[in-house]
Amino acid sequence: MNLRAVAKVIKYEWRDIFRSRWTLLYALFFLVTTEALFRFTGSGAKALLGLSSIVLVIIPLVSIVFGTIYLYNARPFTELLLAQPVNRAILFYGLFAGLTLPLSGSFLIGAGIPIVLRGGLVDTHMTAALLMTGSGVLLTFIFVALAFFIALRFEDRLRGLSVSVLLWIFFSVVYDGLVLVIVSVFANYPLEKPMLALMILNPIDLARVLLLLNLEASALMGYTGAVFEQFFGSLGGVITAIAGLVVWVTVPLIASVWKFKRKDF
Amino acid sequence: MHRVLCARRLSRLLALLVASVTVTGALGQHVVVSSEGPLHSIGAAIRQAQPGDSILVLKGVYNEPTILVDKAVTIIGKDFPVLDGKGENQIMTVVADSVTIQGLEFRNVGVTFVEDRAALKIDGAAFCRVEDNRIIDAYFGIYLARTSFCRLSGNTIQGSGLTETRSGNGIHLWYSKEIEIVSNEIRGHRDGIYFEFVEDSAVIDNISESNLRYGLHFMFSDRCTYHSNVFRANDAGVAVMYSENVEMVGNRFEHNWGSAVFGLLLKDITDSIIDDNVFVKNTIGIYAEGANRNVFEHNDFIENGWAVKIMANAQDNWFTHNNFIDNTFDVATNSRHHSSRFSKNHWDAYQGYDLDRDGYGDIPFHPVRLFSLIVERTETSILLLRSLFIQVLDAVEHTLPSLTPDTLADEMPVMVRL
Repeated sequence: MNLRAVAKVIKYEWRDIFRSRWTLLYALFFLVTTEALFRFTGSGAKALLGLSSIVLVIIPLVSIVFGTIYLYNARPFTELLLAQPVNRAILFYGLFAGLTLPLSGSFLIGAGIPIVLRGGLVDTHMTAALLMTGSGVLLTFIFVALAFFIALRFEDRLRGLSVSVLLWIFFSVVYDGLVLVIVSVFANYPLEKPMLALMILNPIDLARVLLLLNLEASALMGYTGAVFEQFFGSLGGVITAIAGLVVWVTVPLIASVWKFKRKDF
Repeated sequence: MHRVLCARRLSRLLALLVASVTVTGALGQHVVVSSEGPLHSIGAAIRQAQPGDSILVLKGVYNEPTILVDKAVTIIGKDFPVLDGKGENQIMTVVADSVTIQGLEFRNVGVTFVEDRAALKIDGAAFCRVEDNRIIDAYFGIYLARTSFCRLSGNTIQGSGLTETRSGNGIHLWYSKEIEIVSNEIRGHRDGIYFEFVEDSAVIDNISESNLRYGLHFMFSDRCTYHSNVFRANDAGVAVMYSENVEMVGNRFEHNWGSAVFGLLLKDITDSIIDDNVFVKNTIGIYAEGANRNVFEHNDFIENGWAVKIMANAQDNWFTHNNFIDNTFDVATNSRHHSSRFSKNHWDAYQGYDLDRDGYGDIPFHPVRLFSLIVERTETSILLLRSLFIQVLDAVEHTLPSLTPDTLADEMPVMVRL
């Protein structure tokens, strides 16, 4: 693959993105909330817990909505470039990196500065802080990839955007409702392993459980929690969870590339 | 008030006792036991001693069959002489009244399932003192049966911590009364401190940690007090059952984590006081089942999974002036009906306001979340903790309570930490 070509696409996308200043706002949002959380909660663990709640809601929402809009807006630019002798995959990865890198970069800078300043990377919460920023970045990639797929699948902007929002609602609210229904219906069965599988099937849940087991273990370790603790608390479990998130990035990404290559613009 | 008087009476009695023991000790003879000297067996020294004698044991290793202390003697070790059980027999059995044992190191008492073999067993004696000894790798550490008016203090008891079934209790009391257990450290045993049918005794300033089952475990032991102890990282926390008039004050319950692990399990405990304790980082801070008419005040519940789990069969308990900080669930219960009262506690989860500035929130606080009821019914749903869906659900239930017990509320939540 021609990396120079990818870099060139990224360069033009970035110029466009930074001109609109929203990355700055996004970074500022995380900076202010993280700083406020550290200031008002007083303890590192509690601030990280609060921040993880925000990360799990805001990052998927912003990524999927913004990703969809971004690809629709990039349509004229894309068509222009496609008229040139440019590999379609290269163009796609350029567009993808052009959005995900500033998004995750803003998040890392915004949330990272207060964490680093408060010694979050040296004290006891280091693992939790690293896992939180890591899953924030992975969630950005996952939901931008999903957004691209939606934007390529639906010609109509309005429909695409509604599907994006609906998908976000599904993953962050409806899915857990369904899980709760399943859990109550099959309450008399050992559900620990199926529950683990259900958590892996939703990227937001996967990131949430991974963070909770490192931040709020005392509740989760009660009762059946031992099974979850064994899984997510071990290095193998953390690697499995992160691998699960990476799969969640690659599958929609590959599907989108496939679609992008065949799409009649 | 009655309890305090009791404790005072006990300590005065003990003081008198000490005085009498030292006086008789001074009148009696001194016998020196040393591994190189003419008298090189503690057993032999006791056989030739008269009641009231003192036996000084010099530094060295003593391998003897079980030493029977059947006279009122004082045995004092210099520089911790080692009494080795060689992984087999019980080391010392005390059957006489007014015996003092001080400064010895007991080692290697073998595991047996036939008898309760201990490093030091006191059976049917009274007025004993066991002070500043070390007990290492014993099956049972100090075992008191049918004993009264004794004081165990400053002992360090370190078990080998094998498995729950292959390990005995650090300090084990059975059918005893008026015992003081002060400033001991117990680690690596099955239960750190175990009471069964013990009355009017006090457990003060001890550290019981990393035991294989409970840090403190008592049953059928009325009118006992537990002050200023630390119970930390025990495999199952602390469990106390079937007792009345228990007083637990100023203790710390820390880091008792895991499945069915409790900071403090109260089962059928009645008319007791749980005051000024700190519960930090336990899976469940207090679990109350069938516990009635107890008062819980001035306790701190910090960073627990569940601060208080109170079952519907625990009636008329009274929670006041406690702090609930950073717990995942403040209060959980299994029914809409209950008769325990909460008043004037501080809850960090309280979102109300105090317009009249009297220090108490103007709207009641309902500490039971809907999600805690869901988790109570289906345990695996705990994995949905902090999910947006659950937060929405909790918010709806909070506005229109229909499943959570609406009577379980703190009418006067305190705005600032107590």
